[in-house]
Amino acid sequence: MKPNDVILQSVTKVAVVIIFTFSVYLFMNGHHNPGGGFIGGLSTAAAIVLLYLAFDIEKVRENIRIDFKKLTAIGVLLAVCTGLGGVVFGKEFLTQAFGYFELPVFGETELTSALIFDTGVALAVIGTAVNIILSISEDR
Amino acid sequence: MNNLLIMPVIIPLIVGMVLIIFPKNIILQRALSLFAIAASGLITLNIMNQILDDGIQTLQLGGWEAPFGISFVGDMFSVLLVLTTCIVAFCCLIYAFRSIGEKNEKLYFYPLFLFLIVGVNGSFLTGDLFNLYVFFEVFLLASYVLISLGGGKKQLRESLKYVFTNIVSSAFFLFGVAYLYSITGTLNLAHLSSRIAEAGQDGLITTVALLFLIVFSLKAGLLLFFWLPGSYSVPPTAIAAIFAALLTKVGIYAIFRMFTLIFYHEPQVTHLIIGILAAVTMILGALGAAGFMDVRKILTYNVIISVGFIVAGLVSMTEAGLMGSIYYLIHDMIIKALVFLIGGTIILLTGTSNLREISGLIRRHPALGWMFFIGALSMVGIPPLSGFLGKVFITQGTFEIGYFWLGGIGLLASLFILFSMIKLFMNAFWGETILTEEEEKGSTKGLIFPIALLLIFSLALGLGAEGIQVYVAEAAEQLLNPSLYIDAVLK
Repeated sequence: MKPNDVILQSVTKVAVVIIFTFSVYLFMNGHHNPGGGFIGGLSTAAAIVLLYLAFDIEKVRENIRIDFKKLTAIGVLLAVCTGLGGVVFGKEFLTQAFGYFELPVFGETELTSALIFDTGVALAVIGTAVNIILSISEDR
Repeated sequence: MNNLLIMPVIIPLIVGMVLIIFPKNIILQRALSLFAIAASGLITLNIMNQILDDGIQTLQLGGWEAPFGISFVGDMFSVLLVLTTCIVAFCCLIYAFRSIGEKNEKLYFYPLFLFLIVGVNGSFLTGDLFNLYVFFEVFLLASYVLISLGGGKKQLRESLKYVFTNIVSSAFFLFGVAYLYSITGTLNLAHLSSRIAEAGQDGLITTVALLFLIVFSLKAGLLLFFWLPGSYSVPPTAIAAIFAALLTKVGIYAIFRMFTLIFYHEPQVTHLIIGILAAVTMILGALGAAGFMDVRKILTYNVIISVGFIVAGLVSMTEAGLMGSIYYLIHDMIIKALVFLIGGTIILLTGTSNLREISGLIRRHPALGWMFFIGALSMVGIPPLSGFLGKVFITQGTFEIGYFWLGGIGLLASLFILFSMIKLFMNAFWGETILTEEEEKGSTKGLIFPIALLLIFSLALGLGAEGIQVYVAEAAEQLLNPSLYIDAVLK
């Protein structure tokens, strides 16, 4: 019997957009308020896993052509290398820097090296979480 | 501030991550992992000399001052262990090139190996109790995968035991951290030490100390070694060797750190209990080593004896005892990797680990046989080989504080080491040569070099003991004076 998952798929299409938006919000919010790379990455991973559940693995794989193992590695590399930035400038490992810049559209914006670090964390978390779910589901 | 301190941790980490991106390129994997270990070793050598000149080196991560941020602390003791780790890892890695198999190499063996080193080096260098927990988890996770790499039935059974044991002990570790944090309000090791010194070590703190002793005893195989003989005999040789050389030693390091830096106020309780545990461990390990007729079992029980012996030096809390422990710890890391590699090679050649079915290997493999013989004598402590000084100093330390029973059991255990190793040597290498060249299951091509390299390091440690004496004496002095550590971190 072919399972009827029209409702699941329709809801997923809308919900995934909302979850992605919310995870970006959580991620950007992280510097001064609750949020950050870990939780942002985790909610993104939740959205991707929802996609895997609603559609089948092959279909999602065709559309999201990312090797999540490599994504994890790239994320960790990004985070560690941001930490090394401090070493290059003669400060302690993991020292962060920030400054205020005039940007078009955004106006005066605070830019931090912690944001790059957090991007690395987010990528690592997405990669790990999705990888775990995929490994379990592929297990026979 | 000394940024070099973080390098032995992040160089293997970065290289490991790069290797995950290129899993199929084996030449690159081998070259880069060797480079990472060698670079970490050279940097550690540099740090070691800085410590000799300027005292304990520290690094406050992210520029957050201790005790608020996470500190990395390199005192002589930890840096010596990091250096030994790099040496052992280097040799085991070369051994793995020839022996681990292409399938495992493509299954992320090298990244996992590097992550194991990340965790071990990090555990040695961190100055924060929770960070210590994190690094323990890093190397444990890597070891969970490595122990089941290949996925044989026996391997999976033993790895389940190993995982469960370690999850339980990690949970206890967290309980201990939580207790200590609620009592003292800090997790920085130096800050913990100074706060407990101010407030006094009352019954509650001593109880927490014993909880930590249970946790680290499980990891070190001090009395609670029921998981050890099984788990260390199933993985491929290179992995078993690195486990035997490093993993129990991290537990021993943690015991030393906790009971010289933090819980050193009630030695008549805590250190006496450690002494009793060490004595029982040595006795049980000696019985196991003498009783079994299986190459791997004999070697793993020898690991257990040495755990008890090293910790016996801590019990004394004298300079001689601690120097002995440090000498013996370094010696043991190298020599255990050595004998495990030789043991693995014997099994590779004969296809069995049962000593009764092995005989006369020395005729076709004289180098292997004699290297094993020197290694065995070194383990027993025949001068001038590397085990000798450690044994002398540890025994002297236990006698100085009047624990003659402990020193006596240590010496008796050495006789059992001698008995078990010579039993292995005579059965495996002497006698009639059973196997012809065609009947041998594998070849030693490329496997002798890493073993010889380890033997050279071991010989250098024994013959050049005078040269490293300044480093070891400095390490013992820093362990005996917690104020040096505290001043370096908190300024």
